[in-house]
Amino acid sequence: MSNDNAQTLYDKLWNSHIVRENENGTSLLYIDRQLIHEVTSPQAFEGLRIAHRKPWKLSANLATPDHNVPTNHRAKGIIDPVSKLQVDTLDQNCDYFNITEFKMDDIRQGIVHVISPEQGATLPAMTLVCGDSHTSTHGAFGTLAFGIGTSEVEHVLATQCLIQKKSKNMLIQVDGCLNPGVTAKDVILTIIGEIGTAGGTGYAIEFAGEAIRSLSMEGRMTISNMAIEAGARAGMIAVDDTTINYVKNRPYSPKAEVWDQAVAYWQNFYSDADAHFDKVVTLRAEEIKPQVSWGTSPEMTMAIDEMIPDPAAESDPVKQAGMQAALNYMGLTAGTAINAVTVDVVFIGSCTNSRIEDMRAAAAIAKGKQVADNIKQALVVPGSGLIKQQAEQEGLDKIFIEAGFEWRDPGCSMCLAMNADRLEAGERCASTSNRNFEGRQGQGGRTHLVSPAMAAAAAIKGHFVNINEL
Amino acid sequence: MEKLTKITAISLPLDRANVDTDAIIPKQFLKSIKRSGFGPNLFDEWRYLDQGEPGMDNTKRPLNYDFVLNQPRYQGAEILLARDNFGCGSSREHAPWALEDFGIRVIIAPGFADIFYNNCFKNGLLPIVLEEKIVDHLFDLTQSNEGFQLIIDLEKQKIQSGIGFPAVDIDFELDEFRRHCLLEGLDEIGLTMAHANDIRAYEKSKKEVTPWLY
Repeated sequence: MSNDNAQTLYDKLWNSHIVRENENGTSLLYIDRQLIHEVTSPQAFEGLRIAHRKPWKLSANLATPDHNVPTNHRAKGIIDPVSKLQVDTLDQNCDYFNITEFKMDDIRQGIVHVISPEQGATLPAMTLVCGDSHTSTHGAFGTLAFGIGTSEVEHVLATQCLIQKKSKNMLIQVDGCLNPGVTAKDVILTIIGEIGTAGGTGYAIEFAGEAIRSLSMEGRMTISNMAIEAGARAGMIAVDDTTINYVKNRPYSPKAEVWDQAVAYWQNFYSDADAHFDKVVTLRAEEIKPQVSWGTSPEMTMAIDEMIPDPAAESDPVKQAGMQAALNYMGLTAGTAINAVTVDVVFIGSCTNSRIEDMRAAAAIAKGKQVADNIKQALVVPGSGLIKQQAEQEGLDKIFIEAGFEWRDPGCSMCLAMNADRLEAGERCASTSNRNFEGRQGQGGRTHLVSPAMAAAAAIKGHFVNINEL
Repeated sequence: MEKLTKITAISLPLDRANVDTDAIIPKQFLKSIKRSGFGPNLFDEWRYLDQGEPGMDNTKRPLNYDFVLNQPRYQGAEILLARDNFGCGSSREHAPWALEDFGIRVIIAPGFADIFYNNCFKNGLLPIVLEEKIVDHLFDLTQSNEGFQLIIDLEKQKIQSGIGFPAVDIDFELDEFRRHCLLEGLDEIGLTMAHANDIRAYEKSKKEVTPWLY
C-alpha cells in the first residue's frame, strides 16, 4: 500500500516553493536562482524598462555571456558585429540593473550551466531557472531546475516567481554497475533511445538506481542535462554525500554554522520509499554499451557494435518517413556498421560534456596519439575559464595540442554554432554535445552525439570506434 | 498582447514529426536583441535554397517551392497543422515570435514540447492538442481541398470548417487560466504583481528555514 503522505523528490521541491495556489490549478512558484545569458535576455530587460519595473531580488541573478563568445583570439574581441551587439547588450543590461555578471574577460566566465555549479550558485533543494532548455542540468543537485522562455525570464526578474502547473512524476531507474568504457553520456543516450524525445513530455524525471548513485557530480550533470532531450523540462537526482561534498567550500555556498543547517535541510531531498510515480522505467546498467547517434533526433541512437537501422522495418508511417529523411540528411545507408563511418570534425565541449572529468576522459584517449589525417578539425572547448585553468595545471592542454587537437577558450562554441565555430555543409562531426538536429552545428552539418572518450577515439582513428577495442 | 477570440483562416499542413525550434528559427537569427522581425526567417533552412544570414534582403532570396509554406495555395495561412512533439529542443521564445510575426495564430498538433507550448501563450499564439486521428483527418481535408479554411472559436472551444468545405465539428480542451489570458490579452507579470504581499510573506518565512538563500 502506498502511503498518501509519501512524496517524491519533485513533490518536495515543488511544495517547498509554493507562494500561493491559484483557483485555476496553477501555482505561483518561488524561484531561488536565475541564470542569465546574452541570447534570451535582451528582450526581457527591454520589457522591464518599458514597464518601469526593477529586478525583485538582485542577488538571485547571475549572468555570463556564453553562446556568442569566440573561443580563440579573444583579446581581439568579437568580430561578428551582430554577436558583439548581443554580448555588449548583456553587459550594459547587467551594469544598468546591477546584476552580477562574469564578463568575457573574467576567468569565471563560461557556459552558464557549468559556471553556476562551479561557483556553488547551484545548491540542493532550490528552484533554478534560465532562458535555456539545458537548465535541466542543475537537477543533478536535487534542485528543481528548468528552462524557460524570454517572457518568463522577464517574469522572474520582475517578481522572483513563475505561474506554473505541476508536472507528473516519472522515475528512471538504472540498476547495476556500468561496464568499463561506458559513461554517463552513454546512459542518457540509451534512456532517450528507449523512451523517445517526447517520452518525458509533461513529466519531471527523477534518475535513480545504483548506476546513477555511483556517478560523480560531473556524470550526474551530463544525465540531467539531457532530460530535456527526452522531453522533460526537469531531470533530478536525489541529494547524497556526493552532492554535498561537491557543493562544499564553493564561493556561493553557505559557510560556517549556516553550512551545517543547510546540510541538515538538504538531506531531506530524496523520494520517500513508497512515493507514487506516474511512470517508471527501469534499465540494467550492464546492458548499456557505448552509444553513437545516427540520425537527426537524439532518440535516433545506437550502440557502437550495431548496424544503422532500416526504416523499412518500422511500421509507423510517420516514424518511417522521419527515419528515411534522417538517413538522407545524414548521408548514411541502412545496414552499414556505424564503426565504418568516417568523421571530418570532432567537437569536445558543451554544457553536456565540458567539465574537468570530460577533459580528463578525452585526454586519456588522446595521450601519446595523433589525430587521424582525415580529420579537418578537432576542437576541445572547456566549459569555463576555471576548468581551462585546472586542465592546464594538470597538463591536459599539452596532451591535446601534441595529439593535434585545438585547445580553446570557454563557451558554447560548436554545440550550436552561434559563434565562428561551425560545420560546413556535408561535414560529419563526432560531438559531445546534446542535439543532432538538422543544421544545429552549421547548415547542412551532420552531428553524431557521443561521449568525450568516444569523440577523442573517433579523432584518433578517423572513424567511430569502440573505446574498449582501442 | 493581442487578444485572440475567433479566427477564420487557411491552414498550412507541415507533415513532419519532431519539428524542433532550431528548424523553426535557426540560431543565426537569435542574435537579434529585438522581439519582432523574425517572420521572414521562419523555417529558414527549409524555406530558402540559399544559406540565410541576418541582415539579408529576404525578398531577393531563392525560394524552395517544394516546401509547403511557399506553395501558392497556402498563402495567408494563420493556422499551422503539425505533427507530434512540435517545438521540441531549445527554449528559444524566438520560435513563437517567428510564427507570430509570420502571421500564424493557431497551431494544431497531437502533442507539443512543454517549453514551446508554454511560450506560445505568452505571445498570443494558441496551441491546440487533438487526438492523432483527428489531426490526420485535418491533414487530409487541408491537402485535398484547395483553400480549406478552419474557424477556431476560442470562446466556445470549437473548431469548424469554413463555408463550402466538408464539415468539421471538433471540441478542444484548454486550461481555463490560459484561455482567459488569451481572450483578454492579459499581462502575466501584472497578474503576479498583484500578489506581491504573498511573495514577501513567503520570503519572510523561508528566510528562517533557508537563510543561505537570502
